[in-house]
Amino acid sequence: MSTPRVAIDDLTKYYGQTLVLDEVFLDVYEHEVVCLIGASGSGKSTLLRCINQLVPFDHGEIRLDGVAIDDASFGKTGLRKRIGIVFQAYNLFPHLRVIDNVTLAPRKVHGVGKREAEARAPELLGLLGMEEFARKYPEQLSGGQQQRVAIVRALAPNPDVLLLDEVTAALDPELIGGVLDVIRDLKAQGMTMMIVTHEMGFARDVADRVCFLEEGRILEEAPPVQLLSDPQHPSTRRFLQRIIEAGRL
Amino acid sequence: MSSERAASAEPARRAGPRPPVKATLTPWERYAPLAISVVSTALVFGVVWRVITTAENWPLIQRQFFDVDAMRASLPQVFSGFLVNMTVWVIALVVIAVFGIVVAIFRSLTGPWAAPLRVFAIIYIDLLRGTPSILLVLLFGLGVPALQIPGMTTSRLFWGSVALVLGYTAYTSEVYRSGIEAVPDGQRAAAKALGLTQWQTLRYSILPQAVRNVIPALLNLAVALQKDVALLSVIGAREAGREAQIFTARTFNFSSYIVATVLFLLATIPMARFTDWVTKRDQERRLQRTL
Ligand SMILES: Nc1ncnc2c1ncn2[C@@H]1O[C@H](COP(=O)(O)OP(=O)(O)OP(=O)(O)O)[C@@H](O)[C@H]1O
Ligand SMILES: [Mg+2]
Repeated sequence: MSTPRVAIDDLTKYYGQTLVLDEVFLDVYEHEVVCLIGASGSGKSTLLRCINQLVPFDHGEIRLDGVAIDDASFGKTGLRKRIGIVFQAYNLFPHLRVIDNVTLAPRKVHGVGKREAEARAPELLGLLGMEEFARKYPEQLSGGQQQRVAIVRALAPNPDVLLLDEVTAALDPELIGGVLDVIRDLKAQGMTMMIVTHEMGFARDVADRVCFLEEGRILEEAPPVQLLSDPQHPSTRRFLQRIIEAGRL
Repeated sequence: MSSERAASAEPARRAGPRPPVKATLTPWERYAPLAISVVSTALVFGVVWRVITTAENWPLIQRQFFDVDAMRASLPQVFSGFLVNMTVWVIALVVIAVFGIVVAIFRSLTGPWAAPLRVFAIIYIDLLRGTPSILLVLLFGLGVPALQIPGMTTSRLFWGSVALVLGYTAYTSEVYRSGIEAVPDGQRAAAKALGLTQWQTLRYSILPQAVRNVIPALLNLAVALQKDVALLSVIGAREAGREAQIFTARTFNFSSYIVATVLFLLATIPMARFTDWVTKRDQERRLQRTL
């Protein structure tokens, strides 16, 4: 097989004395969509945060196209350009208009001219149906619209991999669908994605593979239909049982 | 997705119940509250005024404090002193606003290389904030000129103003810092994920939000400084209070102090009202955001 886009190799991370990621191995190939599921505190967010170096890890290696992410060849910002992340709480810059939120990184980090960056923004915003909101401030938008802007902001530097951390968890139910549609579109365009989600129906729909995490380990990893309808590990079964009881499958 | 957009583009016409008709008020209902306020206030103030002006000592008080001729005579002198106050105040405000933010940035830097700056900021703030303004003014305004350092001005007014600037910079930087700390952590995470450096994160994300958070608190400090400039009189600077004092010493009449007081109030009351207005608007904005 070819080199994985993202290769996670024996990754271990502690927060102080707490073991948060425990010998995680995971390869994600180009155009692949991998969903991470698991109980609260199982380490899903931490795994994503390690991948784009928002937090350091203690042992193991993460490679992007075969190159370790802490390799000097990435320079200060090379990795940021190639891996985008979207957070549950959107974290848009509230004092900047939508268009400035989207063009800040290309301009200030990747040296794209203001003109050029702003010329490209409508097209990007348009992909997610947001072009008419370019001149608004985040607080003038609904949660779903804000989250779409956050996705556009992450896509603006043209990343190879997009990390999505429970991007619909803070949204009202009627707004979730729009954001999930956007992610489906991205998959159709071939974006490589790692998605933390509690929406099992969505995971079944969009994922090529689903990984179940517990206490920092990937206990089970399979295509969605298989993992969701015929889980092998007792922990996975228990987790899915709870999800069904909560009415989310 | 498209339905959500359509809804925002064109407000739906509602066929539900009409808004309640505004009840018509009788003239009595409409104007009585206002009339009661005016009459009762006038009554209270009238009584107080009467008590004061019929007091045995009132003629003496009036002569000593509210002598119109003395006021008119002292006004040019006191006003020129007041211009000194305003000049010092405006220049100091600008310098303090800039220095305050620099010290706040030093204080909030992370990483081992920034340790000297961080330690400097902490010591600076502890020392300057803990010392009474009047001591700083005496120390700098009298002390530094006495050193006769070659090439440095020996103006007491200048060094006294430096003392005020240093003291207020310490307060101001703490205000800025509280604003910086109030910016949610997610902002830093987002900026870092986008590849912004620590400095760019401050410049483009944290500081603009922090400054906006603390504008009301900064305006309050500005009002306080406006009054504290009068402290410069203790080192002989000819500001409004000092000029009034000189006039009093010559004429044994205190009306010049009233002139100085009125001048200060003319400057501080609008400023305080403006601060209230900004604070209120700021609160409303926050409330709207959390709803
Ligand atoms: N900054 C931190 N400092 C200390 N411990 C942390 C920190 N962030 C996370 N943890 C701990 O690490 C563990 C994994 O957290 P993580 O946020 O990765 O879980 P998660 O699977 O994303 O959970 P959730 O579904 O609730 O988002 C938890 O036990 C958490 O308490
Ligand atoms: Mg999480």
